[in-house]
Amino acid sequence: MLTEVRWHGRGGQGAVTAAELTAYASIVRGLYALAFPEFGAERRGAPVTAYNRISDRVIYDRSPVERPDIVVILDPSMVNLETVRGLKEGGFIIANTAKKGQELRAILGERYRIAYLNATAIAMEVFRLPIVNTAMVAALVAATKVVDLDAVLEAVRARFSARLASLNEQVIRRAYELTEVM
Amino acid sequence: MGRKVIPLSGNHAVAYAAKAVDVDVIAAYPITPQTAVVEKLAEFVANGELDAEFIHVESEHSALSAVVGASAAGARVFTATSAQGLLLMYEIMHIASTMRLPVVMSIATRAISAPINIWCDHSDFMAASDTGWVMFMALNAQEAHDLTVAAYRIAEDPEVELPVAVGYDGFWLSHTVEPVEVLDTDEALKYAPKRYRRYVLDPERPITMGPLASPDWYFEFRVQLHEAVEKSREVILRAFDEFGRSFGRTYRPVDGYYTEDATVVLISMGSASGTALAYVEEARRSGVKVGLVNVRQFRPFPEEELYKHVERAGVVAVVDRAINSGSAFVGPLYSDVALTFFKRGFDIPVLDFVVGLGGRAVTRRDFDEITRRSLAYLGKRMRDVKQHYAFIGVRE
Repeated sequence: MLTEVRWHGRGGQGAVTAAELTAYASIVRGLYALAFPEFGAERRGAPVTAYNRISDRVIYDRSPVERPDIVVILDPSMVNLETVRGLKEGGFIIANTAKKGQELRAILGERYRIAYLNATAIAMEVFRLPIVNTAMVAALVAATKVVDLDAVLEAVRARFSARLASLNEQVIRRAYELTEVM
Repeated sequence: MGRKVIPLSGNHAVAYAAKAVDVDVIAAYPITPQTAVVEKLAEFVANGELDAEFIHVESEHSALSAVVGASAAGARVFTATSAQGLLLMYEIMHIASTMRLPVVMSIATRAISAPINIWCDHSDFMAASDTGWVMFMALNAQEAHDLTVAAYRIAEDPEVELPVAVGYDGFWLSHTVEPVEVLDTDEALKYAPKRYRRYVLDPERPITMGPLASPDWYFEFRVQLHEAVEKSREVILRAFDEFGRSFGRTYRPVDGYYTEDATVVLISMGSASGTALAYVEEARRSGVKVGLVNVRQFRPFPEEELYKHVERAGVVAVVDRAINSGSAFVGPLYSDVALTFFKRGFDIPVLDFVVGLGGRAVTRRDFDEITRRSLAYLGKRMRDVKQHYAFIGVRE
């Protein structure tokens, strides 16, 4: 089965790394996965898009994901219907937002499943920086089980220095617990 | 055998290949989207995982010159580039080939300025197509890794002794993380052992390399180069066969998919061939008789292998990712394909579709449009085609 994920964030929030960690975790579990960025020049604050394709079979299609199964939004200012364009009916929106429940449903409508997490709050507490990528990978995993949490932690340990990996592990465990699925 | 599948970007897959064949000398000059290749190699050298001379040069002209010198002294060498960097190397590319130096270089393909654009197309790769190098184009990161390893065996074969370039699409492959089975040094060196080369620069046995050749000798040098490139065809096939026996992945100069009964055959190179294959499989399910040829070996151009896949087709659609403005052919891949047919008296409509310049995405929808436009020419001959080329996915 093919799962297609689209990540939206702003430069500096780590959307590309989030997609790469998700692919890494999937590949260590024996799946075939791609992670690739929408290739804008790298600038802090500019909108960034990244993609995953995850499957139990070899993936040939290299084009950007236009009809995702899941959209993950890293920036609270981007939590709206314009960001999720193309999302399949019944697909998942996973949002970093301080908004909750019906307030979010009112913005995003009835057509999609929604999971949300105040990832910025967790990141500020642990890193003192609004880098929310690993928290949002945890939210993705909590909501969709596209890959398991241990594989994500393995990806994090492979990617970061020991100190950063340990901070990210704190973030991930907390985010995994706090993710609300509607 | 310590082979394992790990998540790697295309760039890192190439760096791991250069490490696996235990290169002696690396010349590095950064340019997007290639930079991560030499960054990773710098890390390998700094960690002591790779024992190589890592030369920081001041330009790509110097990067290729440095590895030309090192190769002339008998070293196994590697460098990497993209776009303007490749153009700056262009002068030295001819020197590497005519001096018959087994240099291996990776090209993360990128558009050429102006306007400045760091994203993928094949303008740089195609600009090097007349340099006498053996040239491959990878379909995915695994191939970028494997072809780089195979490149050393081919380049250093005594019957060839030519430089080899391995192209892979900038960003679409260079920056995509995907599963790659990495070869370890022992098995890569068993497949591509460092060979004794008779003619190298050695103070104990002085020789002159790359001297002046007057009109009574220059022509012979160029013909020898031509013969070596032709000779490489069979060496490449043997190297691919041996690669398959050693590692279980057998490459061919071209791949054909669903070509046996295809009415329309698409001919494409690089990562777009992957998207084209996804399209073809989808189209086949709805009864469209479309097939695909992926061109992996661009120089020497595999005419025979390509022709076998298209000789029953009604229309051929070449998919080019570069433009040669003002030429009779427009797309550079088209020129080789069209001549392959012309030389065999094969007269069906051969169309050229230019896609994806400067990083524009190439989608399954684009291949559907190409296929439908091609089907309109079914039953016609080349002389019925008013304009043989079109641009796909461009603003009117």
